[in-house]
Amino acid sequence: MSTDTRTDTPTIVLVGHGMVGQRFLEALAERGLTATHRVVVLCEEPRPAYDRVALTSYFSGRTPEDLSMTDMRFIEDHGIELYTGDPAESIDRAAKQVTARSGRVFGYDTLVLATGSYPFVPPVPNKDAEGCFVYRTIEDLLAIEEYAKTRARTGAVVGGGLLGLEAAGALKGLGMDTHIVEFAPRLMPVQVDEGGGAALLRTIEGMGLSVHTGTGTQEIVTGAEGAVTGMKLSDGSELAVDMVVFSAGVRPRDQLARDCGLAVGERGGISVDERCRTVGDPHVFAIGECALAADGRVYGLVAPGYEQAETAAAAIAADEGEQLTFTGADLSTKLKLLGVDVASFGDAHGTAEDCLDVVYSDSRAGLYKKLVIGRDGTLLGGILVGDAETYGTLRALTGSVPPIAPESLVLPAGADSGAQLGPSALPDEAIICSCHNVSKGAIRGAVGEHRCTTVPEVKKCTKAGTGCGSCVKVLGQLVDAELEASGIEVDKGLCGCFAQTREELYEIVLALRITSYQDLLDRHGREDARGGDGCETCKPAVGSIIASLAPAIGASGYVLDGEQAALQDTNDHFLANLQKNGSYSVVPRIPGGEIAPEKLIVIGEIARDFGLYTKITGGQRIDMFGARVEQLPLIWARLVDAGFESGHAYGKALRTVKSCVGSTWCRYGVQDSVRMAIDLELRYRGLRSPHKLKSAVSGCARECAEAQSKDFGVIATSNGWNLYVGGNGGATPRHADLLAQDLSDAELVRLIDRFLMFYIRTADRLERTSTWLERIPGGLDHVRDVVVHDSLGICDELEQMMRAHVAHYRDEWAETIDDPEKLARFVSFVNAPDTPDPVVAFVPERDQIKPDLPLLSIGIRPSDTAADVLEGSAQR
Amino acid sequence: MTLALETTDLKVQLRLADGWFTACDLSALVPGRGVAALLPDGRQVALFRDRTGRLYAVGNRDPFTGAAVLSRGLTGTHQGRPFVASPLLKQRFDLISGQCLDDEAVRVAAYEVRASPHQSAPVRTT
Ligand code: SRM
Ligand SMILES: Cc1cc2nc3c(=O)[nH]c(=O)nc-3n(C[C@H](O)[C@H](O)[C@H](O)COP(=O)(O)OP(=O)(O)OC[C@H]3O[C@@H](n4cnc5c(N)ncnc54)[C@H](O)[C@@H]3O)c2cc1C
Ligand code: SF4
Ligand code: FES
Repeated sequence: MSTDTRTDTPTIVLVGHGMVGQRFLEALAERGLTATHRVVVLCEEPRPAYDRVALTSYFSGRTPEDLSMTDMRFIEDHGIELYTGDPAESIDRAAKQVTARSGRVFGYDTLVLATGSYPFVPPVPNKDAEGCFVYRTIEDLLAIEEYAKTRARTGAVVGGGLLGLEAAGALKGLGMDTHIVEFAPRLMPVQVDEGGGAALLRTIEGMGLSVHTGTGTQEIVTGAEGAVTGMKLSDGSELAVDMVVFSAGVRPRDQLARDCGLAVGERGGISVDERCRTVGDPHVFAIGECALAADGRVYGLVAPGYEQAETAAAAIAADEGEQLTFTGADLSTKLKLLGVDVASFGDAHGTAEDCLDVVYSDSRAGLYKKLVIGRDGTLLGGILVGDAETYGTLRALTGSVPPIAPESLVLPAGADSGAQLGPSALPDEAIICSCHNVSKGAIRGAVGEHRCTTVPEVKKCTKAGTGCGSCVKVLGQLVDAELEASGIEVDKGLCGCFAQTREELYEIVLALRITSYQDLLDRHGREDARGGDGCETCKPAVGSIIASLAPAIGASGYVLDGEQAALQDTNDHFLANLQKNGSYSVVPRIPGGEIAPEKLIVIGEIARDFGLYTKITGGQRIDMFGARVEQLPLIWARLVDAGFESGHAYGKALRTVKSCVGSTWCRYGVQDSVRMAIDLELRYRGLRSPHKLKSAVSGCARECAEAQSKDFGVIATSNGWNLYVGGNGGATPRHADLLAQDLSDAELVRLIDRFLMFYIRTADRLERTSTWLERIPGGLDHVRDVVVHDSLGICDELEQMMRAHVAHYRDEWAETIDDPEKLARFVSFVNAPDTPDPVVAFVPERDQIKPDLPLLSIGIRPSDTAADVLEGSAQR
Repeated sequence: MTLALETTDLKVQLRLADGWFTACDLSALVPGRGVAALLPDGRQVALFRDRTGRLYAVGNRDPFTGAAVLSRGLTGTHQGRPFVASPLLKQRFDLISGQCLDDEAVRVAAYEVRASPHQSAPVRTT
């Protein structure tokens, strides 16, 4: 046992490193307290704070690491001592000491309890049998998953509240027949009323879950080995189930406080005052779900906990200018449960005197919307089931008289309501992000004073939208409105020729089957651009859209055909990459980076015969530099002959699928990563997209192919493949996000098909998958909904388009060298086809060549038009 | 070398100090795309044709990089004026005046150009 050596530095001990605990540490750091204090954190769980609110997303592919909320650099930078897996066991308030399970003893000047809640398990017989679980921590989820995979086919969730429905969704996602047992007469009794419950019930039953409301759990039935085999309900019926998850509410974890004599509420919760100080001991604070706030309530949501964390930190800082108090909080919630939007806000149940309801309900569509309005027209609260689009706006309007009639706020969009309520109608004090307590005024300030021009910038500046994410939509509208108001034109148009975004042009081209750029410009371009020649921005962008959609709209998929040729950037036009002196580089495709010796020799011979500079690229293939335009067809004739195809190093298209050597050779490999890389490269070769696409396949978690830095990366697991998306190297590196796990070959390919086509359809010009994923509303979750769960019902279409691409693929270079008319373009001079461009000259370097740079630098800026500086050199 | 006599109907010609010079057949110019031609004195010119059939000719050398590549740039219309964007670093040049639209101090040569049924005398290059 070690006893803490007390230093002179005042010490803050935090017990519990959950969501609120972490927020408290950030609040300390922001106030400079980590510099003046020693900060010790006792964390019971084996891992530091993670996003419990998003716990269920584990089942849709987020790893425990993804869920983490703790940046270890933050912990280190602020000198915080964090002890994971070491809970506090007792508190000696007289000695001001905390003892941890490991035996460590810490003296404190200030103690902060943030111990959260524990799941309440009703005292039914056999509640602890094998196969019974709760749903609160990552460890709980891992245990549930393990059991469900190996031992269970049918499961029941006890509790039909918010968390119960999440748990039920998780069981369903694990492939189990799922029951929900709820004692109250409806689902989510706390948040929704009877009408909302009915809409919810229909939708959830429609998804194949069995719901039993108005009945309690009487007993868990076990088999011979003591494991769960069923449960008896209070209505006399019995369900045959292999596992049970209790989700019947939570209770504050106040035992530690009780044991040291701190005051707790009648129904639990550590009593605190408005500054989150415990009643009776000014050195001890309690925050988050374990606290009984000054208003007599225990809050089971994260936003009030965050507010308490700030309040406590301000009190400890004793900053007189910042007298924060916590006197109660908003219980608004918005959830996506099993794919159903459910939201409630303000006085959802209409408890205020004399209030009125406005209700819209469409049971067939599973829609229910209710607003609670005061006598004077003030919006008091409401419930939205099935469609919570307007949640952000309505929540922010709560407490004021809406500028338009309440009926029009609940009618479905598109119904003839006429009124549209944008965020511009909100007052400055309206709270847009309740997780971080950010008002509309603060967001306007971020745009106005801090010059943020995009949602990600505003998020960074204000923290708005970085909690539960439910406010991001309104945030986006507000930022746009604000930019517009401050005169910063938010012209989302592609360029000076088109007022549409790339995505809109894509839809136009697809819907109207437009195969000509001029047609598109003349019919859909900006008024003053019609009839003109367009510009260098929209030409390649439209050329790429037409190429992507070629099979669907009946255009030629060959980028040098007809008008298409005039749309291509010079690289695509010459099917090679332009270099600084006007020469080109040549990159043949080497799928997966695998190449036989004969082919290597061919590349060597060609490079030698044409005097090209060769280099191994970062993409596992070989680049040959210094080809003059008239040499390209000659080089390619030999490459095509040897079985090579275009590598599209020049196109906004699939580049390479890198591989590691994988299970064939590597002692660690668990799948044949080379074969998969080759399959993927051959499938997606030639696919034109908004920006280049890169991929990689690694044979095991050691990740030698760096798949997580790719637009789509694949990592082998012992059960199949994990698919990561949205990775990027380059200037702004981004680690890819896990989209789905343990896929079979066919599932993997199908998911990538959908993902790529969805990206191609909705991304902006020159927007890599990484920025696209960050930009689109809903981010990764939305993309997952669309491509994994088919929430938009477009997956068939996306797959169909990819099949068409694969079926229509032809090698551009093979086609070009077969076409004398196209070949005629590959000359330096139209009037002297055999004369090479004299500016393209080389000098030796390290046994190879490099551009003759002095030749280029002659007279960089000709002073007048008469004396073309080329003269001198051209005559050489 | 000697340039071969052209046989098609319309020729693209540009005016040099000593008269009209035939660069190529009109049919060699794809609307919206350029070609480069070599002048008798070794200079290079970039020739363009827009969608209405108008012809343009400017110096081929990109003054920002020194490479002779302007003929390989994308063309467009900016406030009613035709331009070409260098394929290297994307600066735009007015096709009528040769003026760089991104840098007032920079300009490339601009030539008078026509489509003509007449053949001019073959010219020798170096
Ligand atoms: C040849 C090569 C460098 C080398 O010698 O290794 C290369 C060369 C070029 N890269 Fe790259 N990149 C090459 C690998 C990479 C990699 C590494 C990789 O792919 O594993 C990256 C970072 C990974 C990534 O993209 O996420 C990379 C990030 C970039 C970027 C930044 C992209 C970004 O999203 O930030 C650009 C600029 C752009 O595309 O806008 C770029 C652009 C370019 C261009 C096309 C610039 C240009 O327009 O001239 C270079 C011309 C290539 C040519 O002439 O052939 N290159 N480039 C590599 C060719 C790989 C291949 O076989 O196709
Ligand atoms: C599945 C799920 C979904 C949810 N969804 C939402 C939602 O959509 N919106 C919302 O607002 N809220 C939601 N919540 C509730 C939200 O997660 C909690 O309100 C929030 O986590 C409370 O934070 P906390 O720090 O007070 O408690 P916790 O996050 O529970 O953290 C407390 C930590 O203290 C540790 N601890 C306890 N005793 C000790 C000890 N003696 N020594 C050391 N450590 C100790 C615990 O192990 C725990 O790690 C959800 C919760 C769950 C489980
Ligand atoms: S990723 Fe795994 S299988 Fe592939 S080379 Fe590295 S260690 Fe071997
Ligand atoms: S309301 Fe939760 S992130 Fe804004």
